[in-house]
Amino acid sequence: MIQTALIMIGVGIFAGIAGAILGIGGGMIITPILTLGMGLNIKYAIGASIIAVIATSSGSTIAYLRDNVLNLRVAMFLEIATTIGAIVGALLTGVLDPKYLYLLFGCLLVFSGWNMYRKLRRGQEVLQRVEPDKIASKLKLNGSYYDKAEMKNIDYQVENVPAGFSVMFGAGVASGLLGIGSGAFKVMAMDTFMKMPLKPSSSTSNLMMGVTAAASATVYFFNGSILPGIAVPMALGILGGAVIGSRIMQVLPARWIRIVFIPIILYIGIQMLGKGLGVHF
Amino acid sequence: MQEKQSATATEMAQVETIIGRILQIGVVFSAIVMGIGLVILLATGDSGYAGHTVPLTMVAILVGSWQLKSYAIMMLGMYCLILTPVLRVVVSIYAFYKERDHLYVVITTAVLIILMIALAIGLTGK
Repeated sequence: MIQTALIMIGVGIFAGIAGAILGIGGGMIITPILTLGMGLNIKYAIGASIIAVIATSSGSTIAYLRDNVLNLRVAMFLEIATTIGAIVGALLTGVLDPKYLYLLFGCLLVFSGWNMYRKLRRGQEVLQRVEPDKIASKLKLNGSYYDKAEMKNIDYQVENVPAGFSVMFGAGVASGLLGIGSGAFKVMAMDTFMKMPLKPSSSTSNLMMGVTAAASATVYFFNGSILPGIAVPMALGILGGAVIGSRIMQVLPARWIRIVFIPIILYIGIQMLGKGLGVHF
Repeated sequence: MQEKQSATATEMAQVETIIGRILQIGVVFSAIVMGIGLVILLATGDSGYAGHTVPLTMVAILVGSWQLKSYAIMMLGMYCLILTPVLRVVVSIYAFYKERDHLYVVITTAVLIILMIALAIGLTGK
C-alpha cells in the first residue's frame, strides 16, 4: 500500500510539472501509466485523470495569478464557450458520431503543430499591430506579463477573437462528448488563433482547464470512478509538481516550451486522426 | 489610452492577487485534508470500509470523516479540491465587481450559471 502511494506521488509530481509548464491536463500522462503500467481499469483511469486536471490547474494557477502571467479576462470570456460547449457535448452523446470530431480536431492539432513550428522558425513570439483588434480592445483582452526568462515586461495584443471563441466552443464539445482533456485545444486556440504569446496561453489554459473539468468531476466523484487510494497520493504529488512546474515555466525561454509542445501536439493530433479513420496505433 | 491601460493593469494585478490568495487557501486546505486521510490509511492500513467499498454520498463521507475513517477523509479532501475551480469563478465575480468592471461581472456570472447548469445536468445523470 505504501509502495502504491509512493509510486502515485512520484507519477503525480512528474505529471504536475509537465502539465503546469505546457498548459495541458495530466490526463495524457496519467492515463497510459495507470492503464498500461498498473493495469487499472479505464473507468478508474478516467476518474483519476479528471482529478489530475483539477489538481494541475489549481496548483499552478496560484503562482500564475500571483506573478501575473495569465490573462484572467481572456480566461473568463473564453470559459463561456468551453462550458456551453461541454454541456452541448454531453447532450450530444449518442447523437453525433465522435468520428467526425476526432477528424476535425486531429486536423486542427496537426495544423496548429505546423503553425507553431513556423512561429519557432520565425522566432517571433509577440504580436504588435499598429491597429489593435476592435473586439479585443472592447473586451479588454490585450494584456501584458513579466517574462522572467527575458527579464522584461511584455505587452501583447489579442486578435481573431471569434475564431478563438469558436475553437474553444469546439474544445468544450470535445471534452463533454469524448471525455478528453482539452488543454491542448485551449493552448491552440489562444496561441495559434488569437496570437497570444505561449506563456500567457499555457497559464491561462491551466486556469480554464480546472473550471471546465469541475463541471464533469462531480459526476465521476459520485459514481465511484475515483479510487481514493490511487487518486489522493497522485493529487498530492500533482499539487506539489504543479507548484514547482509553474515556477520553472516562468524562467524557461518560451522557445524551449514550444520545442517540447510541438511533438506533443502533433502526437495527439495524429492519434486523433487515427481514431477518426479507425486506425489504431 | 496609455494611462487607461496601465490603470487597468494595476487593478488587474490587485484582483489577481486576491483571487490567488483565496485559491491558495482552498488548495492548501484540501491538500491537508487529503494528506490526513492518506496518513491514516498508511498508518492503520485500514480504509474504514469493507473490501473495496468507497463512501459515495455526501452524508456517508461526512459521517465517515467524523469517525476518522481514512477513505471518507480522502474523499472529503478530493471534494474540496474539485470545488477550488468553482471557488475561483465566484471570487473572480467579486473581484471584478470591486474593480467596477461591469462587463466582466456579467461575463463571469454567466460562466458561473452555465457551470451550475452543467453540474445539475451531471448530477441527474445524462
